[in-house]
Amino acid sequence: MANDIQIEFKQLNLISNTQIIDGVYSLRFKRFFDFTPGQVISIKLTEDMPGRLYSIASSSSSEFIDILFKVRPEGLLSPQLANLKSGEKMYVSTPMGNFIDQQTDAVWIASGTGIAPYLSMIRSGTKGTKTLIYGASYRNHFYNDKELQNSNIIDNYVRCCSREQHNDCFYGRITAYIDQIKDLPNRKYYLCGNPDMVVEVRDKLIKRGIAFNDILAEIYF
Amino acid sequence: MDKIKLLGKTLTELQEIVLELGLPKFNAKQIAQWLYKHNVSDIDEMTNLSKKARERMSEKYEVGAYTHTNVQTSVDGTKKYLFPTMKDQFIESAYIPDRDRATLCVSSQVGCKMGCLFCMTARQGFMGHLTSGDIVNQVRSLPEREKLTNIVYMGMGEPLDNLEEVLKSIEIFTSDYGYAMSPRRITLSTIGLVPAMQEFLDRSEAHLAISLHSPFEQERKQLMPIESVYSLHSVIDTVKKFDFGRQRRVSFEYIMFDGVNDSPRHARELIKLLGDMRCRINLIKFHPIPDSPLKGCSREKMEAFENILKAKGVMTTIRSSRGEDIFAACGLLSTKERSKKR
Ligand SMILES: Cc1cc2nc3c(=O)[nH]c(=O)nc-3n(C[C@H](O)[C@H](O)[C@H](O)COP(=O)(O)OP(=O)(O)OC[C@H]3O[C@@H](n4cnc5c(N)ncnc54)[C@H](O)[C@@H]3O)c2cc1C
Ligand code: SF4
Repeated sequence: MANDIQIEFKQLNLISNTQIIDGVYSLRFKRFFDFTPGQVISIKLTEDMPGRLYSIASSSSSEFIDILFKVRPEGLLSPQLANLKSGEKMYVSTPMGNFIDQQTDAVWIASGTGIAPYLSMIRSGTKGTKTLIYGASYRNHFYNDKELQNSNIIDNYVRCCSREQHNDCFYGRITAYIDQIKDLPNRKYYLCGNPDMVVEVRDKLIKRGIAFNDILAEIYF
Repeated sequence: MDKIKLLGKTLTELQEIVLELGLPKFNAKQIAQWLYKHNVSDIDEMTNLSKKARERMSEKYEVGAYTHTNVQTSVDGTKKYLFPTMKDQFIESAYIPDRDRATLCVSSQVGCKMGCLFCMTARQGFMGHLTSGDIVNQVRSLPEREKLTNIVYMGMGEPLDNLEEVLKSIEIFTSDYGYAMSPRRITLSTIGLVPAMQEFLDRSEAHLAISLHSPFEQERKQLMPIESVYSLHSVIDTVKKFDFGRQRRVSFEYIMFDGVNDSPRHARELIKLLGDMRCRINLIKFHPIPDSPLKGCSREKMEAFENILKAKGVMTTIRSSRGEDIFAACGLLSTKERSKKR
């Protein structure tokens, strides 16, 4: 597995930067490395600034790398990244990390842009049947919703919408959804997204009898 | 409008402030001395500055020190201080006297984002970074300040997730204009954010402690989500490549969980990983937190584990449990205080 110690950056040109909804963008550049779905890259705009990590959302065989990012208005990099235009320069690291799918049946849990590694896994043709529990505040914040609905490896796609009521969504947070499931599937659990979601959902799963060593988490700190 | 706090400013920052106020440059060093050597609480106490200078400074600035709101004392002398920071948020500092040394364990963030399975602070979520002033204040406002010999960044938060403020506080603790402590009396403990760890190694001289808790990547991942990003091998390789010189130390923290990471297989793998390094392994007893699937392991098991490591020449210590009767696990006291406020 590529778990490079030295984080090396390469300068390259942005191919496209598309706004998906207000404050959320999909950014594309040409792939220059091999990676395993679930891995992250570090991105920066100048040589001497510290990089920020982003999950790769694209397929491991695609010619391009796509990432999905949300602007943190008071942040250093993400507001600048939102303004980056195609053709402009950026620095991208080689891939790292090992939030890797075991290619078995699993429950995938995500909040917000935390869907990105699962998108990469689906697009790269991972094996096994997956239940996907996806949390967001509003109905249009379930990114790549159509693609997820149509994925043939997802046997159960649950959208937990915490601030709007919709017929096709569970109204509430992921933890509330888990509370009302009678029997939790006996599978591996993957959690990806913001720290609060990951910690609360992990605690909830453990309370409901899931072994802690069946839970794998990636935190967007 | 809230005044800007001077406590926590480095000499360079104080020089910028005096320049901005139109005061002579040498005033910056005088202010630093009042802040960090005389521990004044008010700008008016800085009597070698002109009255006009003090007045001008007071319009926009204040010293910004504050005292603790609660303290718990253990039968063994360990004290846990609670400091108020942001609105209704608290941080903890643990004062640990021990024979000829007295250590303060300082916090670097309010809450934490890293989500370690065994940690109470993780459950609080993340409320914010501490400023260098908030970090320095934990020492400045410690009643036992005069007895303090060592500082460890091992309280609430991951210090390398707040790198710049932490580095500023270390500069103030170790500079001649500040507390003039030796950097060899300061240890920063991290779960291993590799790029920031490299920065810390390059830009400071303090010791480094790494929270390891398992020598196997797959198992460490279940305890510490950071392993999904920066693997323990990448952390150890970074440390191995760095020249620590003769005085600077690296140590590894290893909390022992019953039936999880306490087998001879784990000990042997630790030897493989760290056997060729000049380092120390600290074995730590786990203080269970509510509803945790993890349990602490017995003293006998810890000693058996220690013996395997020592037999292969790995410097190993079983860290004595201090302050067990006052919630020694970091984050418990402040969680209690927050729930009282709600
Ligand atoms: C494993 C991982 C994967 C991620 N994947 C995604 C993703 O796919 N999409 C997405 O939108 N976001 C992702 N994030 C979050 C992303 O990395 C950024 O934190 C986010 O975009 C905000 O960056 P910012 O610079 O705008 O904000 P800032 O608030 O400036 O910085 C964000 C964080 O960067 C860290 N940081 C601050 N200063 C330094 C420093 N000097 N050196 C090193 N680190 C520092 C701190 O943790 C800080 O809270 C991921 C994070 C992690 C850890
Ligand atoms: S152990 Fe340290 S890094 Fe991990 S969650 Fe607790 S405070 Fe954060």
